[in-house]
Amino acid sequence: MTELTAKAFKASAAAGKEKKRESTAGGDYNSLSFFERNRLSGGYLLRKRVTEKGVSIIRAVMLFGMCFMILQPILNKISVSFMTESDLYNPIVISIPEHFTTENYRLAAELMNYSKALSNSFIVSLTIALLQITVCTLVGYGFARFEFPFKKLWFAFVILVILIPPQTIASSLHLHFRFFDILGLFKLTTGKTINLRGSALPYYLMSAGCMGLKNGLYIYMIRQFFRNIPGDLEEAAYVDGCGMLKTFVRIMLPQATPILTSCFLFSFVWQWTDGFYSKMFLGNTKLVSTSLARIVDSLSAYIQRINGVKTTISIAYSNCILATGTLMIIMPLIILYLFAQKAFVESISSTGIKM
Amino acid sequence: MKIARHKYVGLQKRKARAGYMFILPFIIGFLVFMVKPLFQSLYMSFCNVELGAGSFRQTFTGLTNYRFAFLVDPEYNRLVVEEISRMMVYSLAIIVFSFFVALILNQKFHGRAFVRAIFFLPVILSSGVILGLEENNQLMAAIAQTIEQGTSGISITAALENILRTAGVGVRAYETLFEVIDNIYDVAIASGIQIIIFLSGLQSVSSNMYEAADIEGCTKWESLWKITFPMVSSLFLVNWIYTVVDFCMRSDNGVIKKIQTVMIDQQQYGNASAMSWIYFVIVLAFVGVTSMLISKRVYYYD
Repeated sequence: MTELTAKAFKASAAAGKEKKRESTAGGDYNSLSFFERNRLSGGYLLRKRVTEKGVSIIRAVMLFGMCFMILQPILNKISVSFMTESDLYNPIVISIPEHFTTENYRLAAELMNYSKALSNSFIVSLTIALLQITVCTLVGYGFARFEFPFKKLWFAFVILVILIPPQTIASSLHLHFRFFDILGLFKLTTGKTINLRGSALPYYLMSAGCMGLKNGLYIYMIRQFFRNIPGDLEEAAYVDGCGMLKTFVRIMLPQATPILTSCFLFSFVWQWTDGFYSKMFLGNTKLVSTSLARIVDSLSAYIQRINGVKTTISIAYSNCILATGTLMIIMPLIILYLFAQKAFVESISSTGIKM
Repeated sequence: MKIARHKYVGLQKRKARAGYMFILPFIIGFLVFMVKPLFQSLYMSFCNVELGAGSFRQTFTGLTNYRFAFLVDPEYNRLVVEEISRMMVYSLAIIVFSFFVALILNQKFHGRAFVRAIFFLPVILSSGVILGLEENNQLMAAIAQTIEQGTSGISITAALENILRTAGVGVRAYETLFEVIDNIYDVAIASGIQIIIFLSGLQSVSSNMYEAADIEGCTKWESLWKITFPMVSSLFLVNWIYTVVDFCMRSDNGVIKKIQTVMIDQQQYGNASAMSWIYFVIVLAFVGVTSMLISKRVYYYD
């Protein structure tokens, strides 16, 4: 209702503006003061201005609150990680440490075997992410661009892979790789099966078969992206005698860079923090994610080794070390995020893939 | 004519073959690493599994494991019911929250890229092991308690709850809502991906429609429900499925924890398989029914 009357006023204001321009020959509408213009528009201008300001203030307050809520745990961890043990118990110290120390970082790094774990994690995450995205791109492209029998069925299986929690098949995968065999060949020739537990090979095999962490999701996203690219380009390539694979590599792949970057970054980050697959398959490799999960236990072992007697560590101190360790693990990710923020957020949202 | 049709069939056949070549990795992976373990774990759930030195033995025991999960185990039933009801409430809250945030982030204002970056940060920070560790962080809980005591329990939800209680409104009517509001942090950190998906949908809505509606005298509120909502309704389905599945697979989920304990610490593979199958079937049924209900209301523009 108000909107409609405002529109009517706007129209009358436009008429008034014309009249005004005629009467004050040469005087421009823009040179009038705001309130004069407001009077001419019948109060519409002021109302509009006030609403806009109000909305933006409310929005700013809300966004500030929510951003603070998300950032607060990190800020808290940063402040705690610089405190000594006595600061943790001091009720006066809330966020700025009284005795500033970097000892926690040194201890956490030693407990997690940080440099070794970091390089291991980096290599594993990078290779796994590359492998997964390569394979998922192929599969996603196949689903998006080709017609073949049972396509719907196979795609339903992709959805099923997204839906099945890996925990459901964890126990049998566990045994599957403990007594690994291909069609009973090894048992036939050597008399026993291979124990692949503890080696990284099973996980690479699974990644090559699109069964890694959240791979169904990547296939789905890449497929949706390729589906939206118009087919003319591809057909032109076929007409010019370009093969299927060559068309894919030379024509389609360069267009898909944004979605591939996003999926690669997702894959890298999720692999970096993943505990489930790492614990199951990469138990012997020191990774940041698994050593973080064990950091409290290693702390108590460490203290015991130093003191020689069994001592219980205070909850506050072990949590402080835990916070420091968490910070050290997410630090590389945050640095990566700062540089690749656009690829993370903007690329997916701006491509406007229809999910 | 005949030759042309023959050629078309040939191209189609070649394309079909190429298509199969492209999805071959998935087919192999699915058959080897999904179908086989899936059936094995289904079979294992009916068996008593004993781990020996060089091999493992399965003896068929019928429904014993299922009976154990439902009737003997003291906490499994309770955990499943609790987690499912928590999942419903939180998934709804996540969907509403992420749609709301996506609507805000889709507007133009200063520092939009920065705010978007912050909202997406939880995707990194709340994944995998970090989430599980965050769960039992007593230091944070202690700080929260100190703050609560320092402000003598004044929070907006507590005050509202008091008002409503004295006004005579039944506690159950708003209990869950306030619980969600109190745990808004959990909701916020779980909705990173959903916000991105909604944003991508919002950006693909053409601005012509809004202009046309505006000229016809449609208010912003009306165009939200009459244009935006139907245009992104298919994303509600996607997000709903993603949220539910994500919630069920999170490492801080009670049932998942329980299964892991039974499998790794107690080495009872049969029981663990039965428990995970019960859970999986319940979740799948839930996802199936709800997505069927949602997909009836989804509007497809093209």
